[in-house]
Amino acid sequence: MAEIALTSAPQRARHGSSMGQPLTRRDGPLKVTGRATFAADNVADGTLHAALCVARIARGRVTHLDVAAAEAHPGVVAVMTPDNAPALAQHPDDKPHGFIFRLDLLQDSAVRYANQPIAVVIAETLEAATEGARLLSPRYEAETPRIGLDAEPPFTPPGIGVGQPPEETHGDVEAGLAAASRRIAATYETPAQYHNAMEPHAAVASWDGDRLTLHTPSQGMSMAQGRLAGLFGIAPENIRIESPFLGGGFGSKGLISGPQILACMAARLVGRPVKLVLARAQMYGPVGHRAETRQSFRLGADDAGKLTALEHETLTASSRFDDFFEPAGGVSHTLYASPAIAVRHQAVRVDTGTPLFMRAPGEASGSVALESAIDEMALACGMDPLEFRLANYAEVEPISGKPFSSKALRECYTRGAEHFGWSARPRAPRQTRDANGLLVGWGMGTATFPALMFEAQAKAELRADGTGLIETGAHDMGQGAWTALGQIAADGLGIGLDRLTFRMGSSDLPNAGIAGGSAHTATAGGAIHAAGQAVIAQLADLATNDSASPLYGAGNAGFVARDGRLFRRDDESRSEAYSDILARAGRASLTATGKASTDPAAAKTYAMHAHGAVFAEVKVDPDLGQIRVTRLVGAFAAGRIVNPRLVTSQYYGGMIWGMSFALHEHAAMDARTGRFLNDNLGEYHVPVNADTPAMEAILVHEDDAHVNALGIKGVGEIGITGSAGAIANAVWHATGIRVREIPITLDKLLG
Amino acid sequence: MNLFDYTRPASVAEAIAAAQAPGAAYLGAGTNLLDLMKGGVVTPARLVDVTRLPGLDRIEFLDDGGVRIGALVRNSDLAHDPRFAKTYPAVAEALLAGASAQLRNAATAAGNLMQRTRCPYFADATSPCNKRAPGSGCAAIGGATRLHAVLGWSEHCIATNPSDFCVPLAAFDAVVEIEGAGGRRAVALVDFHRLPGDAPERETDLAPGELIVAVRLPPEAAGFSAHARYLKVRDRTSYAFAVVSAAAGLRLNGDRIGEARLALGGVALKPWRAREAEHLLAGQAPDPDVFRKAADAALAGAKPSGEANVFKIELARRILVRALTLAAAGTPERLPALPASPFAAPFAVPSPSPAGAAHG
Repeated sequence: MAEIALTSAPQRARHGSSMGQPLTRRDGPLKVTGRATFAADNVADGTLHAALCVARIARGRVTHLDVAAAEAHPGVVAVMTPDNAPALAQHPDDKPHGFIFRLDLLQDSAVRYANQPIAVVIAETLEAATEGARLLSPRYEAETPRIGLDAEPPFTPPGIGVGQPPEETHGDVEAGLAAASRRIAATYETPAQYHNAMEPHAAVASWDGDRLTLHTPSQGMSMAQGRLAGLFGIAPENIRIESPFLGGGFGSKGLISGPQILACMAARLVGRPVKLVLARAQMYGPVGHRAETRQSFRLGADDAGKLTALEHETLTASSRFDDFFEPAGGVSHTLYASPAIAVRHQAVRVDTGTPLFMRAPGEASGSVALESAIDEMALACGMDPLEFRLANYAEVEPISGKPFSSKALRECYTRGAEHFGWSARPRAPRQTRDANGLLVGWGMGTATFPALMFEAQAKAELRADGTGLIETGAHDMGQGAWTALGQIAADGLGIGLDRLTFRMGSSDLPNAGIAGGSAHTATAGGAIHAAGQAVIAQLADLATNDSASPLYGAGNAGFVARDGRLFRRDDESRSEAYSDILARAGRASLTATGKASTDPAAAKTYAMHAHGAVFAEVKVDPDLGQIRVTRLVGAFAAGRIVNPRLVTSQYYGGMIWGMSFALHEHAAMDARTGRFLNDNLGEYHVPVNADTPAMEAILVHEDDAHVNALGIKGVGEIGITGSAGAIANAVWHATGIRVREIPITLDKLLG
Repeated sequence: MNLFDYTRPASVAEAIAAAQAPGAAYLGAGTNLLDLMKGGVVTPARLVDVTRLPGLDRIEFLDDGGVRIGALVRNSDLAHDPRFAKTYPAVAEALLAGASAQLRNAATAAGNLMQRTRCPYFADATSPCNKRAPGSGCAAIGGATRLHAVLGWSEHCIATNPSDFCVPLAAFDAVVEIEGAGGRRAVALVDFHRLPGDAPERETDLAPGELIVAVRLPPEAAGFSAHARYLKVRDRTSYAFAVVSAAAGLRLNGDRIGEARLALGGVALKPWRAREAEHLLAGQAPDPDVFRKAADAALAGAKPSGEANVFKIELARRILVRALTLAAAGTPERLPALPASPFAAPFAVPSPSPAGAAHG
């Protein structure tokens, strides 16, 4: 089990508090020296290697696999196909509850999408397994796949995202449009995108009777445990998942995927530990993606530039066999004040893997379209884009009328614009060139992401030697949970980080829920905080009931726990060390648990969102169309900032992803075959360092008394929103060309 | 990856002998070959590792004023050789515009000439491809063709050659030195790569078992060093193949062009030497109208191989004009920090809109 224990003292530790300090990553030295063990590193003696054979058609069925050829290949131990795959206790297509997705676990010969696993070859070496998979030379009965948003007539899905309604309206959009003096209508398209975490999905599985140990990257160990328990018909507590470090997840590791489970099945089949790591191309299909969208807007505004109507209709795609519908319209619920809002979603079914959560699911696709439409409306009103956004600033959440629990967006606009120098922006496009003759454009976008909470538990222990322990099954996807949650843990126990042992990343620890929805720090942190408070309360009980303690009888005054001492809140000259309290009470340690979840009363009363404003400068070659982002400034308000260094890094990462969204990412698929054309990092473009501009992330102070006990809103996803739109708007401003098909590539600017 | 024989011969003669076996392939840095093997796209029966062959890793400046680049010289070493970069700046710029730093550190000069097309249908072992499986058809036709050929393609293959390095090599009359069972021979680089015609599986002039031992630039190539550029338009600033690229070299006589060299990349299955355009430029003043006429001449025979690559024809014209403009302005003293990028250097164009103040 991974832990970070009693290691180096942090730099710049402020007396008595870890939260708010810009600590460097506590796991940094492990990672840069190669000592951090990722899932695929856990290769014990006797471990076999598995390789997937995946379908090269998108629809139909497998009619033949040359199992004999694969088995005859030197080193091949077994070939797992639908004929011999271990029986499962539950069909992979069963959905016993709503938040579960269908899987391809060799249940039959049907092919539902390209790259669907159709067999697993298990061998003594990776090379033998891979060649064995090739030698299976599958034959198919292929049907013509249906691909793309025009594949068939659209329908209205019963729910979008995680069960949100597909249609939400407020006011009368037709009346609003009729009353408007300015109107625009525009349609934007966003492509399918794939997560492409640096670390591919990897699994090392071993069985001991009916007990499964699985090393695999997970953003939700407890849910994965539940899924595995159902499929294998064993108790969840018989399953141990170890996931101390993830090389990125971005939503693709939120739910355990089919291939990870195939590794468990393979290990069961051969009775030995099995390691399976997806090849890059095999991550295009069975582990989720962001579905394509076509988003149509109608906006109206009055003479003062105030919106009278906002209609946002999304067409998206899910797989033929399961339901996940990109909730792109959500951003229009919350961002701009309008007396009439209508948000609708429709969908088609296509022969691809099931789309799933991808960093800022819904918000990312919706934001680039909405921010472009808002820019077009501002232009139609003859207003500066920032002036227009301020004129339509939402004082309450537009769709619900609820007040915001906090909203420092105005400050984000002000500070971002100031740092960027927005006021010097010429209104008209194609006005500015740099010294080299390149067109220069400036654009902006508003960032938004909901402040969510899930459920988490944690355990705290204070020991007589003055050290403490916090345990929670939290997940570090690279965002810095080891560090940020460690800071919350140290403060929760009132000790320095150098006195804290912190354990996470294992399913044997208390359930920390899911690292998703930008809610992990708030949720797991909330549980840690509660556990710390609970153990401190026990300690205070001991002290106040102990006549030998300077805190004797001080129960009503309350306490401050800091630096391993308990202080009377009203008189800090009266204090006592934890170790003294415990020693006198004859206690080796105190333990307590804590949990955190949504406060239903607050959720009912308030709209809770983080906000931000992003400003972008692009340069475009006037003849050749090549685009480069040269500056990005984002100002974000997201409640309490636990670690400003890590948060800044999250914003940078999000903003770069926004640039990737606007200019690069696009999963190219041959519509005739349903196969991918760029399922590799050479040709599925994300920005390289040379594309990455000078960036500034401004942390705007925001206090939120309602969102959760710690006032944390989450920062993991918001950076994408706003950024992609800001860049699209800057490209328009540079060139005068409005590209409504994302990504914006040079061929679309040649005129 | 299929099971294969691996041999590491000690001499060129041994290598050639080892490569006579059917299904043999030479292994250089493997930056392309190994990827294709992992994808099951190529399945050589034998790899003949030439990376330790003696004497092939030298850059020799010849007495006649030319240069001989050993087959195993790494892309980075060649680009960063001060004398080479000074003498052949467009070649150095092209080398540094290719791939990524890590790949350039590994990739060899001869390997660059031998790299395969990046057509995604070639790389998908399941798709029909006349290059990979002769007679199976061309899946690219009617498919996703944004990066496919606009010159010299056939109904059997519309792929492009992805090399940057080969573009200025074609412009400056590079010669490929080849050794085979029948001895040593030399072939002009422009004749080394073949257009697809009805046999796209024949990609180069090499006979089975023949080995590239060097690439030579003739003495005349150095005559363009004061006015030589490589320009590459791509979808991201680094680590991307050219949408279209161009090498331009000018030898100026006073205010006239004495001689011009021009080649395009990313437009055909071979680096595309634009000789008609070169003839048009000779004797003319280096001005935008002349450049535009030359560009028109270079693309006179172009036709799109798919709807998605119509834009490449006009883009190719524009990049030729820009490359000529940059070459006429003179080779920069230092290689730009972003080699071959439109963002690397100033260019002079008449502004179509009133010039506003430059943003900060």
